Amino acid sequence: MSSFNARRVRDDIPQLRREVNGRLITYLDSGASSLQPQAVINAMSRYYELRHANVHRGVYQTANEATEAYEGSRAAVAHFVNAPGGASEIVFTKNTTESMNLVARSWGATNLRRGDVVLVTEMEHHANLVPWFQLRETNGIEVRFIPVGDDYRLDLSELEGLLAGVKLLSVTAMSNVLGTKNPVRALANAAHAAGALIAIDAAQSVIHGPTDVVDLDVDFLAFSGHKMLGPTGIGVLWTREAVLNTMPPFLGGGGMIADVRMDGFTPARGVARFEAGTPPIAEAIGLRAAVRYLEGLGMEAVAAHDEELTSDALRRLELTFDGRVRVVGPLTTERRGGVISLDVEGVHPHDVAQVLDQFGVCVRPGHHCAKPLMRRYGLAATARASFGPYSMTKDTDVLLEALEHALKMFG
Amino acid sequence: MTNLEDLYREIILDHYRSPRNRGELPSPPAHIVEGFNPLCGDEVVAYLDVRDGVLVDIKLTGHGCSISQSSASLMSAAVKGKPLDEVEATIDTFKSLMTTRESDLEKSEEASAADLRTLGELAALRGVVKFPVRIKCATLAWNTLRQGLEELAS
Repeated sequence: MSSFNARRVRDDIPQLRREVNGRLITYLDSGASSLQPQAVINAMSRYYELRHANVHRGVYQTANEATEAYEGSRAAVAHFVNAPGGASEIVFTKNTTESMNLVARSWGATNLRRGDVVLVTEMEHHANLVPWFQLRETNGIEVRFIPVGDDYRLDLSELEGLLAGVKLLSVTAMSNVLGTKNPVRALANAAHAAGALIAIDAAQSVIHGPTDVVDLDVDFLAFSGHKMLGPTGIGVLWTREAVLNTMPPFLGGGGMIADVRMDGFTPARGVARFEAGTPPIAEAIGLRAAVRYLEGLGMEAVAAHDEELTSDALRRLELTFDGRVRVVGPLTTERRGGVISLDVEGVHPHDVAQVLDQFGVCVRPGHHCAKPLMRRYGLAATARASFGPYSMTKDTDVLLEALEHALKMFG
Repeated sequence: MTNLEDLYREIILDHYRSPRNRGELPSPPAHIVEGFNPLCGDEVVAYLDVRDGVLVDIKLTGHGCSISQSSASLMSAAVKGKPLDEVEATIDTFKSLMTTRESDLEKSEEASAADLRTLGELAALRGVVKFPVRIKCATLAWNTLRQGLEELAS
């Protein structure tokens, strides 16, 4: 094991001390939502206990503290993704889904005309499909797909042709079903060469390795706080300031204006124009604590730990079950993260998850909001186990024990 | 603490492994009705052959978890060949079983002993109420059947 100490991370997560069905919880659903370190919970509690006030309004002490904490979070997130323009490029939203909708409804609706193409992939989450389908209905755009291959990776053999007429390539950095990590930098190069912009759904990838928007050379990046040890209710959209300033407001109301008159309004400049109404202040403060925590661990170390766990799990799933438990995704850790979808012979994923619950194991059954992908592979559902920085090989031990039981019960 | 054996009774696993009345009926004359649980993707397709107020035959296709598919199988065995008023009564009895709160299970066991006798093998699904998120799995086929009968009646 690297210098990274998962045991210590684990000790920081109060929920991992809880028992479920008489056993210590084995949390393998970080792909749906990660658990929070005590530091994140404390930061939010302190805000509510001592500093609660609305932001950007009052002149009194606690209002200033709240504003500083909220804006401080923006700066921390900017640093976390290496935003070249800093905090002025970070828009706070509700979650990744809202961030993708913001790109579609604001940038997309303004810049895309009938016949323009948005290129997505067959492995997208519904959050990066439905907003484009909606824009297809209202603006008459075309939504085109990069196919996935039988190797559970993007088939990029026809990429050049697929990019013809494309204004935006919108793609996940890491599949929430397959665990596949996509070659974002190469895709960005191809998109830019074709005169298109590129938007990245980083909801899954953000907790499995470093995220550097300069290095990736992308134009939009969306992710959620609750999948990176932060709270629910806050998401992020990063884009360059130059792009941001061409985007009209998405929601109207207080906070997003420069002026309102009887005959109209002038939107605020910068990120404020996208944050109508009282924002998720406590959540932003929690997210800042999560960022601080992750930077303390080092995302390179988090990635190495994730790879170690994934490699171990893939190997033992193969060894233990001899094909009776099939991994729906790449079988090596090359360009792959710790999200492992399982197809268990003769046991429906909901039954797998039900049996696992009896062992205190939390996995997610279902289509994982990626129905086109599931259809592509002829699956209705999978049972998905996913790791976080606090996961350890002993979680895999319990997973294997519980899977064995499920096979026995239904076999 | 819930017990897995309450959910996965042997009868349920048997109907899951060897579903009864599996297949299709020619349509027409059979009426086809589909039911989905959009959140989990479970699906039941029922082929209903109703003649002179009797559910002469029923066949089922679809896919899903052991609870949804075994419930469909158990249902088909319980309603096949029955007059429609008996079919409706069985649906009512089953659905009320699924809305019985866990805490009332023991009480209702005496009160509805007669109902349970009517349900026969279906009573094996009683344990599902201890797992609230699985109730929708157990009721899928029944809601689909009821919808099909309503469509036939209108």
